Amino acid sequence: MDVDTLVASLQAAVPEAQIEQAPSIDLQTTVYVPRDAVPALARALRDRPEFAFTFLAELTAVDYWPKEPRYEVVYVVVSIANRLRLRVKVRLPADDPHVATVCDVWPAANWLEREVWDLFGIAFDGHPDPRRLLMPEDWQGYPLRKDYPVQIRMTPNASEALQVTEDEFRSNLMKDRLTRGR
Amino acid sequence: MPDIKTEVMTVNMGPQHPSTHGVLRLVLELDGETVLSAAPTIGFLHTGIEKTTEQKKWQQVIPLVERMDYLSAQSNSMAFCLSVERLLGVEVPQRVRDIRVLIAELQRINSHLVWLGTHGMEVGAVSVMLYCFRERELLLNINELLAGFRLFPSYMRVGGLREDLPRGFHAAVVAFLDRFGPKLDEYEDLLTKNEIYLKRTQHVGVISKDAAVAYGLVGPIARAAGVDYDVRKYFPYLGYETYDFAVPTQTRGDVYSRYLVRVAEMRESMKICRQALARITPTGIFAIDDPRITPPPKDRVYTEMEALIQHFLIYSQGFTVPAGEAYVPVEGPRGEQGFYVVSDGTNRPWRVKSRPPSLLACQALERMIVGGLIADVIAVIGSIDVVMGDVDR
Repeated sequence: MDVDTLVASLQAAVPEAQIEQAPSIDLQTTVYVPRDAVPALARALRDRPEFAFTFLAELTAVDYWPKEPRYEVVYVVVSIANRLRLRVKVRLPADDPHVATVCDVWPAANWLEREVWDLFGIAFDGHPDPRRLLMPEDWQGYPLRKDYPVQIRMTPNASEALQVTEDEFRSNLMKDRLTRGR
Repeated sequence: MPDIKTEVMTVNMGPQHPSTHGVLRLVLELDGETVLSAAPTIGFLHTGIEKTTEQKKWQQVIPLVERMDYLSAQSNSMAFCLSVERLLGVEVPQRVRDIRVLIAELQRINSHLVWLGTHGMEVGAVSVMLYCFRERELLLNINELLAGFRLFPSYMRVGGLREDLPRGFHAAVVAFLDRFGPKLDEYEDLLTKNEIYLKRTQHVGVISKDAAVAYGLVGPIARAAGVDYDVRKYFPYLGYETYDFAVPTQTRGDVYSRYLVRVAEMRESMKICRQALARITPTGIFAIDDPRITPPPKDRVYTEMEALIQHFLIYSQGFTVPAGEAYVPVEGPRGEQGFYVVSDGTNRPWRVKSRPPSLLACQALERMIVGGLIADVIAVIGSIDVVMGDVDR
């Protein structure tokens, strides 16, 4: 499938959204989609036999501060059956960066989306476990944003030994599991 | 008979447990010996390499990316160089491509040897570890010969290699390959039909074909479940389509299948190494001839003004990369690996993102161990071959 056919059939798969082919210097087919179209497009990409993009290779974000729209979320999907690769990008504004999760389509997205939330502060609506992944849970700010200073002085958070009874510990565990939707 | 009091027990495994390959913490809930739930916690080794790269010049990123996945250092730097070269729009000479293939395959053997050694030790075969590390020493010696550094040679450069092959390189690689084939048979004698090893690994940590792809575990784990996806075959780079090798697969997707796949991969890598070595001349071109990117040879720097200026420009300012983004996938020892690099047209990267195969393996760990026995947790963690430097970056 060549590039034009791929983009045309993507547009046919999600007729309600405007799919725009993006310039790509590395010859990788790249499209921009509006953020409302992400769930429908993700399902179509995975389930339609002419695409069969069952493998989500990469999910990350780029901060183009101070340009606007500031963020881009990047999905790299691979179709093993059809030997295709596709890069899908979503532009997000600086004041309200959020996009729907694709965890339910590709389970691999779970931690990748958590990482993007952790490091860029981009929220994924409907994510089953929206916690930080790499940074400590009480960390302030989103380190990979371009306006996050590199030489930052943080007040150290001194942790005291855990002062809970066994019952409290257990109920905390249960609470933790409930909030994670299990 | 008195009632036996039973209760669900919560156990913290790690982050200092010797079998978690670094600093992986697992909160396990146990009913007797059965694992009811598992929650991996990561981030203890997060050093912000991706943020650090944004302060560095392009060439200075190479030592940093080598330290991400510290068992496949040269695969990392090769993937990074390929992405940047794609952005620059340059193509390295054929000899450099062959040398890169050779180094990448040696690195794969190196990584699989560490995996086999530690995994064998964790399921009780301590002698395998000693033997594997004995052969790995030879590979580290080759690295030392090549670049003077054993674990992180930083021998790859954007636009080629740092310098030409050292004298005696061919002899060292041939000596290793001649020795390694029979040694691999010895490891197989120790494990492949070993009753204890079979009992520890068969039908343990099973993941199905579809789940492996859905969780992004492409690489040896998916191949052990029957997915024949290998970037070298599906999306060839560096001329892999001209090499004769097979992609070993298994069907059961358990720990034992992963062992079989990785051992077979080492044999295929040896085949590729011999083919690549036959194509490489002992001396020759080792970088593209592009004055923007590669520094001039030292003897010209000492005698010509223009070469001196070029030398200073490259070492003080670096080179600029056209604005844009690139992601070139390669087949690393742990599966598809690559660097998504974004440039804004300056001499420093705007964003460098590694695709971490170990992070995805860690994510799917829960699926593989819940319902099994606690002793199998060790075998499964070993079999997915996580490197925490790659998980946390």
